[in-house]
Amino acid sequence: MLKTRVIPCLQLIGESLVKTVKFKNPAYIGDPINTVRIFNELEVDELCFLDIRASEEGREPPFEILQQISNECFMPLSYGGGVKDFETAKKIFSIGFEKIVINTQAFHQLDFITQLSTHFGAQAVVASIDAKKNFFGKYSVFINDGTQKIDLDVVEWAKKLEQAGAGEILITSMDREGTWSGFDIELTKKISQAVGVPVIANGGAGSVGDIEEVVKKGEASAVCLGSMVVFQQKGMGVLVSFPDKKKLREVLK
Amino acid sequence: MNDVITIIDYGMGNLGSIQNMFKRIKVESEITGDIEKIKRSTKILLPGVGAFDAAMERIAEKGLKEVLDKKALEEKIPVMGICLGMQLLTRSSEEGKLPGLGWLQADTLKFNLPNPSLKIPHMGWNYVHGKNPGLLIENLPADPQFYFVHSYHVQCHNPNDVLTTTQYGIEFHSIIQHQNIYGAQFHPEKSHKFGMKIFENFARL
Repeated sequence: MLKTRVIPCLQLIGESLVKTVKFKNPAYIGDPINTVRIFNELEVDELCFLDIRASEEGREPPFEILQQISNECFMPLSYGGGVKDFETAKKIFSIGFEKIVINTQAFHQLDFITQLSTHFGAQAVVASIDAKKNFFGKYSVFINDGTQKIDLDVVEWAKKLEQAGAGEILITSMDREGTWSGFDIELTKKISQAVGVPVIANGGAGSVGDIEEVVKKGEASAVCLGSMVVFQQKGMGVLVSFPDKKKLREVLK
Repeated sequence: MNDVITIIDYGMGNLGSIQNMFKRIKVESEITGDIEKIKRSTKILLPGVGAFDAAMERIAEKGLKEVLDKKALEEKIPVMGICLGMQLLTRSSEEGKLPGLGWLQADTLKFNLPNPSLKIPHMGWNYVHGKNPGLLIENLPADPQFYFVHSYHVQCHNPNDVLTTTQYGIEFHSIIQHQNIYGAQFHPEKSHKFGMKIFENFARL
């Protein structure tokens, strides 16, 4: 049967690899190409790259770096950040990425998702939602790298994105991102139960146990790992790594 | 000396990563949609991502059907279809109305899954289980697994043509071979060491 995908999710700001905590304070990790070489050796399932500032800064995606990544990596690749139009998306696909992650632009132009999905297939379109729990326990949706709150219900928004043609939903908990404190199970479960497409949980992974929990209780189809694959431990130095595969396989049975 | 692999470009899917993988295993390859070049080819890889009818239309528009038929059926050079390219080898697909290349006794069916919680497309890493021996699947690393993305699957009518099967709610045919015609449902170019072995084996045929 299908293995649960465990995906290193790597943050870029242009040509640098960084890691944030709760969407803030990007720490410099290193050169993305050296890092992907390590993940190539580790034979990870899939890699996701997000240029976290491209939308906010109105920049194009870092095409040259993406090309170098694609030349090095023989695994599925997705990219998100600053993809606003068809031509940009086409260029990323032609570089050798098979999925594009759309967040901010889906809010401005929902039919962009439909356009991409019709042309490249739903499997190539990942709709990303950044959500934060508010004071009253409700989830708010944010765009532009968590800087702009939009007036949408997170579950309704996920359903709309699916209807528009998204093949997967990437749900990121802004409260958990970079904290090592475990995924937001409630948020993930809400989305998983509302849509038929695979849901990728992101934000908060700190241990293999966290991964198990979000798959079993949060009903996630796949999980993203951020801090866990670039730092030794919480508060410690950079170490590019991947959880023990045997251990993962055991808990994800 | 290995043959140069001719990767057929008919405008469906990205071919760069396929060529990158051949480069990595030091096998020469050429991406082309040129009829004259295809005429001279000695080994063909038929890629493809997208919809069945759109692909068959592109092949017809570019006038490639005749030359491909000749290479596969008369000259009998090794031809491998991957992902949608494998489905195109079959006679028909439930995804579309146009006939396929029909080079083997097989059809492409929609996933009819008994378990409604299984999502379509079948997307991600999955295992293959050997059914018949074949040069294409020789010496695969232990626990062979590959990256799949598809909503339809190939059903061979001759059990001898099935090299491996894969489980996803049902058991489907993931690597097939009939004489010089080979097919793989997954993306070897995205399946690191396992995919490299398949490409190496194909290059050695």
